[in-house]
Amino acid sequence: MSTSSAGPAAVDPDVVRRTVDAVWRMESAKLVGALTRVTGDVGLAEELAQDALVAALERWPQTGVPDRPGAWLTATAKHRAIDAFRRARRLADRTEALGRELVEVEEPDWAAALDEVVADDVLRLVFISCHPVLAREARVALTLRLVGGLATPEIARAFLAPEATVAQRIVRAKRTLTAARVPFEVPTGAEFTARLSSVLEVLYLVFNEGYAATGGAQWTRPDLCAEALRLGRVLAELTPHEPEVHGLVALMEIQASRLGARTGPGGEPVLLLDQDRGRWDRVLIGRGLAALERATGSGRALGPYCLQAAIAACHARARTAAETDWARIAALYEALAELTPSPVVELNRAVAVGMAYGPAAGLELVDALTDVPALQRYHLLPSVRGDLLVKLGRPTEARTEFLRAASLTRNEREQALLLDRAASSAGPPA
Amino acid sequence: MRFMVIVKGNEDTERGVLPTEQELAEMGAYNEELVRAGVMLAGEGLHPSSRGARVRFAADGSATVVDGPFAETKELVAGFWILQVSSREEVLEWVKKAPFRSGEVEVRQVFESDDFGDAMTPELREQEDRMRATVAEQQGS
Repeated sequence: MSTSSAGPAAVDPDVVRRTVDAVWRMESAKLVGALTRVTGDVGLAEELAQDALVAALERWPQTGVPDRPGAWLTATAKHRAIDAFRRARRLADRTEALGRELVEVEEPDWAAALDEVVADDVLRLVFISCHPVLAREARVALTLRLVGGLATPEIARAFLAPEATVAQRIVRAKRTLTAARVPFEVPTGAEFTARLSSVLEVLYLVFNEGYAATGGAQWTRPDLCAEALRLGRVLAELTPHEPEVHGLVALMEIQASRLGARTGPGGEPVLLLDQDRGRWDRVLIGRGLAALERATGSGRALGPYCLQAAIAACHARARTAAETDWARIAALYEALAELTPSPVVELNRAVAVGMAYGPAAGLELVDALTDVPALQRYHLLPSVRGDLLVKLGRPTEARTEFLRAASLTRNEREQALLLDRAASSAGPPA
Repeated sequence: MRFMVIVKGNEDTERGVLPTEQELAEMGAYNEELVRAGVMLAGEGLHPSSRGARVRFAADGSATVVDGPFAETKELVAGFWILQVSSREEVLEWVKKAPFRSGEVEVRQVFESDDFGDAMTPELREQEDRMRATVAEQQGS
């Protein structure tokens, strides 16, 4: 059995603090969820839960960490909730005492209600955190805070935002939810689908923030990916019959499997087809493919996340870059473009078509995009075009494209790479 | 970070004694909790060492196969989990919840490529479109 029952004197405060953090991360979503269900106010619920956390930080260094720390936190929060209710009622009693009828308020059986384990509590918390009355960045912050159990400074660090800004964002978000009287429930029918897509968007935003890296403190990057993935897996267990949830999880698992292979020794980006596939994380790929199978097993038409996951899976399944099933990828992009038309998806499709059916076919699609306003300053358009022109043996035109691409990117490493390609394209006489 | 949680063998696991219905139910509930919390990446139980073998290497690189079973029961591995958590303390809190009443479980951190934490390029800084990164990646030459 555990050997952590060392005497109180032996308790290292640092270890206690880290243990409290760990327990908080494991328990807070369930705790805040249960408290919100009982109090009807997510802001109050979080305060009560935080009170319990503070109590643990004060007490555990003296008493040692209890055997069942999660249960301890819940019991403490429960007492605080009941105290808070009684205080509020006494206050009401005093103000009512000026002659008006004393309103008998029945004390709800919070103790029993909090002991009850309601599986939907966490799911409701997810839905309330991603509610459309909130701005997108508020949804992200609130989800990480309430569902992920991250502390405000951690969220601020991850998003390179000042702590005060994030704290303010969270406070306002909770107020907005209270003011809008957003019910603590899992929506049904058509609203469920709409709200679920907001939840998926928030999770994928968090993931991309980690995956695409806004720079700064590096260690936050994989941490954010890991947290988005964890929340995605939690959501997948809560909504097992939603293909798009499994699709998003599959997409994130497979993308995360490449995290270690995406940068070279000097920190330079390594493109997908140049990556050492031996460095891809097989555990995550296996999980991603399994999630994709769960997603597609229902036989329902594939949504955007499932399609993107299916594309990612094509790469994951190919043992070498040359084995990539580009025809299938091109077809999947075509389906994606139908669902979510976007010039960037089209450009992706052009790349895949170029690989599957030859550079001329790809170029035809790219040329159809050159007048799209949204892509005018997008360096990857001329870069893709240049690449196809090289393959078609038209180096002079390719050079112009690479130079143009270089002028459009603000990233020095990428610029150097593009100028390099421009220089080598000019080589032999046309 | 990832940890491998190694469940040590005992005479029962070595004899191939199957868990009781109650033990199975408790373990099932525990695994479910790990999955629902999004921390379990993998987990397996192993057959007794009598169904396994060891491969011994000599200085000249030659290999000799030694068939199980192996004697040092307590040093044998009977099963494992791979858990993804955010701290050592978190994995320990999870392990403390495991439904064991005897024996020992070893917790070891898994080496991971930390390269991806290095020198983040502003390359993909503008991520207004989630597809952008995919284009950049696919555009290998």
